[in-house]
Amino acid sequence: MTTESVISLGRASFSERSNRVRTLWLGAVIAILALFCALSVAIGTREVGWLDVIAALGGHVDSIDQAAVAARIPRTMLALLAGAALGLAGAIMQGVTRNPLADPGILGVNMGASLAVVVGVSWFHIASAQAYIWTAVLGAAASAVFVYTIGSLGRGGATPLKLALAGTATSVAFSSLVIAVVLSRNDIAGGIRSWQVGGVGGATFDRMSHVLPFLAAGFFVSLASARKLNSLALGDDMAAGLGERVALARAVAAFGAILLCGATTAICGPIAFVGLIVPHLCRLLVGVDHRWLLPFSTLAGACLLLAADVVGRIVARPSELEVGIVTAFVGAPFFIWIVRRQRVREL
Amino acid sequence: MLSLPVQTIADGRRRRARRRNLVIVLAAAILAAIFAVTLMLGQSFTPPKDVVRVLLGEDVPGASFTVGQLRLPRAVLSVFAGLSFGLGGAAFQIMLRNPLASPDIIGISSGASAAAVFAIVILSLDGPLVSVFAVVAGLGVAMLIYGLSFRNGVAGTRLILVGIGVSAMMESFIAYTLSRAPAWDLQEAMRWLTGSVNGVQLAQSAPLLLALVVLGGLLLSRARDLEALRLGDDTAAALGTDVARTRLLVIVAAVGMIAVATAVTGPISFVAFLSGPIAARIVGTNGSLLIPSALVGAALVLGGDYCGQFLLQSRYPVGVVTGALGAPYLIYLIVRVNRTGGSL
Repeated sequence: MTTESVISLGRASFSERSNRVRTLWLGAVIAILALFCALSVAIGTREVGWLDVIAALGGHVDSIDQAAVAARIPRTMLALLAGAALGLAGAIMQGVTRNPLADPGILGVNMGASLAVVVGVSWFHIASAQAYIWTAVLGAAASAVFVYTIGSLGRGGATPLKLALAGTATSVAFSSLVIAVVLSRNDIAGGIRSWQVGGVGGATFDRMSHVLPFLAAGFFVSLASARKLNSLALGDDMAAGLGERVALARAVAAFGAILLCGATTAICGPIAFVGLIVPHLCRLLVGVDHRWLLPFSTLAGACLLLAADVVGRIVARPSELEVGIVTAFVGAPFFIWIVRRQRVREL
Repeated sequence: MLSLPVQTIADGRRRRARRRNLVIVLAAAILAAIFAVTLMLGQSFTPPKDVVRVLLGEDVPGASFTVGQLRLPRAVLSVFAGLSFGLGGAAFQIMLRNPLASPDIIGISSGASAAAVFAIVILSLDGPLVSVFAVVAGLGVAMLIYGLSFRNGVAGTRLILVGIGVSAMMESFIAYTLSRAPAWDLQEAMRWLTGSVNGVQLAQSAPLLLALVVLGGLLLSRARDLEALRLGDDTAAALGTDVARTRLLVIVAAVGMIAVATAVTGPISFVAFLSGPIAARIVGTNGSLLIPSALVGAALVLGGDYCGQFLLQSRYPVGVVTGALGAPYLIYLIVRVNRTGGSL
């Protein structure tokens, strides 16, 4: 047997095995997702018996218990969609910026959407759900471009430190502008405050239907750019050498991610850290190939947000914790862990 | 007889020192002038004579209440808080060699705020106990950030990034606590979170003054070591500075001051962040920036509060004014720092 054939044999069996492992993981993640969906419908602030849960799933809303379960169904759907969108957006952003700390929250995208919505509500009197979403998406896009531009100025391009600082600083700046706008408006302060915490409670199918087109477009564009992200991961020069139009590929993928997190922010408020954690965990499971990583991040993001929502309902009984708070408490330690693992460049 | 180059250097040094002292005196004079104006001019005008008489403890009909009860506590608190924020912020920026590494961005202020909000909302405390809480928590959070970024020594970069992570946690804790506060008016809560000197009393300035004297003195006594740190950790060590000890001391002192001020006025946005760079603009880079930064901080809070009260359409707390000023400047600064890779 020649050396070459040994190598090719080894490679084949390796990739076969790892594909088998990946398929196994895929099954596991889908099973976990189904489990969390069931838990999300069954567990809540109010304890409901199994029979009532099943009855409510069948469309009966005869008792308070059954009505409570029926209200959990759109909420579960929203958590599923939002988590999937954020997980995928995070994976795309980390791929596009080649930066392990990229995340819609850290890059200031969420705050940009918040500021746009707040300004739209108080100055331009937007009221329709459609207008909300457009404003949020525009705000998200503007702040993403802005943060990335100022983060990549100067020597070394967009290093993790510069991006994180630019994002945080922009978030701080935007949030003080949000407060400045809101303070003089008693009438909208309460609504905006609760929106800013980030939550999936109070979801209705009607509200969700407005963001669905945006999310669908975002999912499609993002998932379709897996192969391009793989080339980009080799470095700009190599990707260009492989025939990739680097700037275009970046812009398209980033556009998908911005659609996803803008639409999610519009309906749930800013939810941080899902987009940061999920891709890192998925890379541990399935490796760096974006064709696997992107769908995995989508599923795992949905799992994470569902789990966070369920936990939020259990820990603070009889009231509940907004999902944005739970993800921040889980996510921040994870962020610190990544920072500690990284070899950081001294300023 | 000194040789020519040495003579030139010595002359230059003397000239710069003279200029620096002049600028500091000027800044102090401007601060005093703003202070006097805020005492005299409010909804109504009080003649200087009456203000002086009130300050001397005499009972002047009309002026005693407006000046003694309303304007004086506000002005004094503004100055003390501004001095604390300016000094603490500049110390951090100098130590970490990055103007963006101010306590309001890397999570120290949010630690103190979280503790203060917890103390006020959940434990229903008020007065000095809140300050104690904020200081203890502020120091705790600072030590947590320091400890978490420790790995074969503390790299400034890692400290900043860990701070950003910790700050996110604190912010979400604040959001949670506020959303659970039934008795608290939402407007009031937001006003506190941006920082306000509304309705303060003169008695509240005692802990601030104490912190300024003790911790501020400690910081100023370390000014020389801080200057050495500006050259880089290795150079500073070679110059005989105990880098680790200086860092720890500076963190404790700066965090203590900022936490005490935060407990009284709330985290007045961006004052800690803005003072250092503005001071650097004014005095140039010779000599320590600590005193000029403190003066700039005091002027910012005092002036910002005055603008928020009287110069705008509706009344805004000081934090909104400094926040609106600070936001564009912050972004300009990031652009500039990133482009040049320079520090303060």
